[in-house]
Amino acid sequence: MRSRPPQAIEQGAVPWLLAVALATASPHAEHLPPWLSLLFGAALLWRLWLWRQRRPLPPRWCLALLVLGALAAIAWQYRSLLGRDSGVAMLVLFMALKPLEMKTRRDALVVVLLGFFLLLTHYFYSQSIPTGLWLLASCTLLTAALIRLHGGAQPLAAIVRQAGLLLLQAMPFMLILYLLFPRVSGPLWGLPQDAHAGRSGLSSEMAPGSISNLILSGAIAFRSHFAGEIPEKADLYWRGPVLDAYDGLTWRASTPAAGLPRMAPVVESRGAQYSYTSIIEAHNQRWLLALDVATSLPAGTLQAPTLEVLAREPLRARSRFSFASSVDYRANRAESAAVLQQALSLPAAINPRARALAERWKSRPPARIADAVLGMFRNEDFHYTLRPPLLGADAVDEFLFGTRRGFCEHYASAFVFLLRAAGVPARVVAGYQGGEVNPVDGYLIVRQSDAHAWAEVWLAGEGWVRYDPTAAVAPSRIEQGIVAALPEGEPLPAIVGLDADWLRQLRYRWEAANNAWNQWVLGYNPQRQRDILSRFGMPNPDWRSMSTALAVLCGVVLLLVTVWTLPRRRRVDPAQRAWQKYCAALARRGVPRAAWEGPLAFAVRVAVERPQLAEVTSEAARCYAALRYGRGDSEQLLVLQECVHRLPARWRKSA
Amino acid sequence: MRRLPSPHQWFFGRRRDQQWPLVLGQRRIFIVPTAAGMLFALVLLVMLIGAINYDLSLGHALIFLLAGLGLVAMVHSFHNLFGLRLTPGRADAAFVGDLARFPLQLENPRRRQRRALELSFSGQPVVAVDLPAEGGVTIALPCRAQRRGRLDPGRVTLATRYPLGLFRAWSYIHPSWSCIVYPKPLRTPLPPTSPAITADHRQGDSGQEDFAGLRPRQLSDPTRHIAWKAVARRSDEQALLVKQFAGGASDELWLDWSLTPPDRDSEERLSILAGWIMLADEGQACYGLRLPGQQVAPATGSAQRASCLQALALYEPGEIGDAV
Repeated sequence: MRSRPPQAIEQGAVPWLLAVALATASPHAEHLPPWLSLLFGAALLWRLWLWRQRRPLPPRWCLALLVLGALAAIAWQYRSLLGRDSGVAMLVLFMALKPLEMKTRRDALVVVLLGFFLLLTHYFYSQSIPTGLWLLASCTLLTAALIRLHGGAQPLAAIVRQAGLLLLQAMPFMLILYLLFPRVSGPLWGLPQDAHAGRSGLSSEMAPGSISNLILSGAIAFRSHFAGEIPEKADLYWRGPVLDAYDGLTWRASTPAAGLPRMAPVVESRGAQYSYTSIIEAHNQRWLLALDVATSLPAGTLQAPTLEVLAREPLRARSRFSFASSVDYRANRAESAAVLQQALSLPAAINPRARALAERWKSRPPARIADAVLGMFRNEDFHYTLRPPLLGADAVDEFLFGTRRGFCEHYASAFVFLLRAAGVPARVVAGYQGGEVNPVDGYLIVRQSDAHAWAEVWLAGEGWVRYDPTAAVAPSRIEQGIVAALPEGEPLPAIVGLDADWLRQLRYRWEAANNAWNQWVLGYNPQRQRDILSRFGMPNPDWRSMSTALAVLCGVVLLLVTVWTLPRRRRVDPAQRAWQKYCAALARRGVPRAAWEGPLAFAVRVAVERPQLAEVTSEAARCYAALRYGRGDSEQLLVLQECVHRLPARWRKSA
Repeated sequence: MRRLPSPHQWFFGRRRDQQWPLVLGQRRIFIVPTAAGMLFALVLLVMLIGAINYDLSLGHALIFLLAGLGLVAMVHSFHNLFGLRLTPGRADAAFVGDLARFPLQLENPRRRQRRALELSFSGQPVVAVDLPAEGGVTIALPCRAQRRGRLDPGRVTLATRYPLGLFRAWSYIHPSWSCIVYPKPLRTPLPPTSPAITADHRQGDSGQEDFAGLRPRQLSDPTRHIAWKAVARRSDEQALLVKQFAGGASDELWLDWSLTPPDRDSEERLSILAGWIMLADEGQACYGLRLPGQQVAPATGSAQRASCLQALALYEPGEIGDAV
């Protein structure tokens, strides 16, 4: 191929490329340092001004200085040039400055490719439906810029239409590749430190305020889809970490190093079993929030001795798990002494009044002690509120005998303290309670605002029995959810508070769409791919059969696109078709008609060269001329069509 | 020795296209990714690795969409040429050093426009053209005329990178095309009218000639026309003057090879003759051309000009020696 001098970029193509830079880089402004966003805006405006004034571009040394200065600033800002965020910042910087040295078509191409790369980096931060739509819009823009670059000036609408057409035709390939391209799971190399920053959820300890902060968030913790009916709302206890160590302030999960035997739990289900699939948002912890208590676990997970279900690795991405659970069960009727010992331990010399109270109950059977505490919560002047007064060192004493205002955290904490002080093994369980069924897709949505803490008491012969002291104070919290339980004037969790009917319907639809998006787009991992493919009749797909299917399907689609874009034949009118047929027949007999030869002139020549074809040819030519240029009738068309058959057979061609 | 055909020639042959209009079918269209296309693929690969590493589902979607876009762009580049109808026209003659222009009619039978078609002869300037839907356009393909004679511009490369520049589709068409290239006219004054080709002729005609004036001597003027007396009268002695004649046999101007300076090489003498023809034609004179071994009878008009110039263009210099 001939090498050509670099082609200068057309004046009219510049705004397209500036639009590309703007569209691909501007969404990053949200998490870029402000000075970089300003630099980006200034560089684009500068380029725009140079374009409008038709001025020359700035000299190279000036740009080089800018790049070096900005790189140094980025390195200083992020303390590194290698992380995810600093990488994005550098790409944005290049996108800001590249247009300033954009002279040739090759430079313009670099801008477009840089744009594609920048698009990819958006998905580090968000992969929501709006980002998906943004993807389509910016891809259209980038394609349009390429078309403008290579196709010259055209009306805006024509360029956009052509870009849209190209993308529309590319969609089937995207779907096929998306479904069939062998997915690789997990990172190919170690991810930078900042790859999983900023996840929220339950933590492995219950310090004052940790749950009330969660409750104010409307973020979704997980979604569950039940195969059959959904249990009663009051039975929806989703078990998270079990907190059995107390230091007077904070409840924690005792570490395995505390010497507890790692016994497998024994669960006897006594009622119906519910099977369900949960899609759990990434929370960077190992627990999987199964309905209390799980009787069948997903592959690759285990049930801790304290009954919560644990994944092998912290949950770094939204994942699906299938469980079966029972809400009526007996768990660990034979519990190890060490576990029971742990469930009795209390820090010494705090909360004397509570200890004194518990001392009086010590002689009663354990179940009666628990009932006594619940009775106290129910009958005395306790209140449920998300804005409790601050508590001091003897938190339980102050709560029980002073403030008497709190939420699940306070009630569970005081309950467990009293039981332990009375000599009954008890522990705090953190998790979620309740959830909301989305009528659009039937998924039960559990939000951070459903975060809850309750208690478990070990009764001889019964095993661990759940007690929810909050239910004694605010039964509506358990039966109807957090909004019903809160008194007037309390701060409401973000989304949950919106209760206008049409708004709720809109939210249901939006969340159902999000759920489908999560499952089909974001949660499409190797496991899901195998599931889908086996449903499509590829029982055991390996990469080889997948690539074959991929190649075949892509080939078929390519063929379809080719046919789709094939030039349509112009409709030839019947007279012309008959005449062409006749001329082709004559050409086979050695008298081709030249392109410039009119029908009558051709007939004259044929009469000279092949006298035996003269009569029929002149008739055909006359009919055709009449049909085409005069006022021919259908009879002449018939005569013309017949002429082919009146020609002598081929063997006489040499005659 | 005959030059061996290049692999390309061997593969595609030197056959000229005979059937017109020529419709570009898939066997005539070649397509390869451009450097930009390769870079695009490389960027996609890097992006894919990134998307896998960070487990970006939407990133996968983006990359697959772009891969699809690449494939679709290939089909579109191909279809930008496919089904195009081409008819070559007759090229007009050109002078050496000018651009010969070969007309080519392009017709687009399909309902969508075709954009950014680039046509050129090998090593010659590129003509870019857009074709409207179901319409046609005739372009003049330039080819620099470097030598006198018959110019064969070779085959035409018809290429396109539309729509995305990721692929270059191209086709060759090779009409049996040529044009006449006249010698570059060297503007010198016309030789004196009818100073008879042979000496005896001149003697007889001398009485009919009218002296028309003097002018500075040009290289092509024979020495016998120098006005020695006039030169002697002038003080500056800078230029020799020659006598100009009018009337007489002016209605029959013979542009003769032998009137050109014999010390010049033959191409230059042909150029001088071409210059005379142009001048004579501009002056609407009746003129004839004599070359060793051939002559064009005197006449006027553009047809005469064309046939005289053509005679110069096709003149074989080998014949010069024996003719003079």
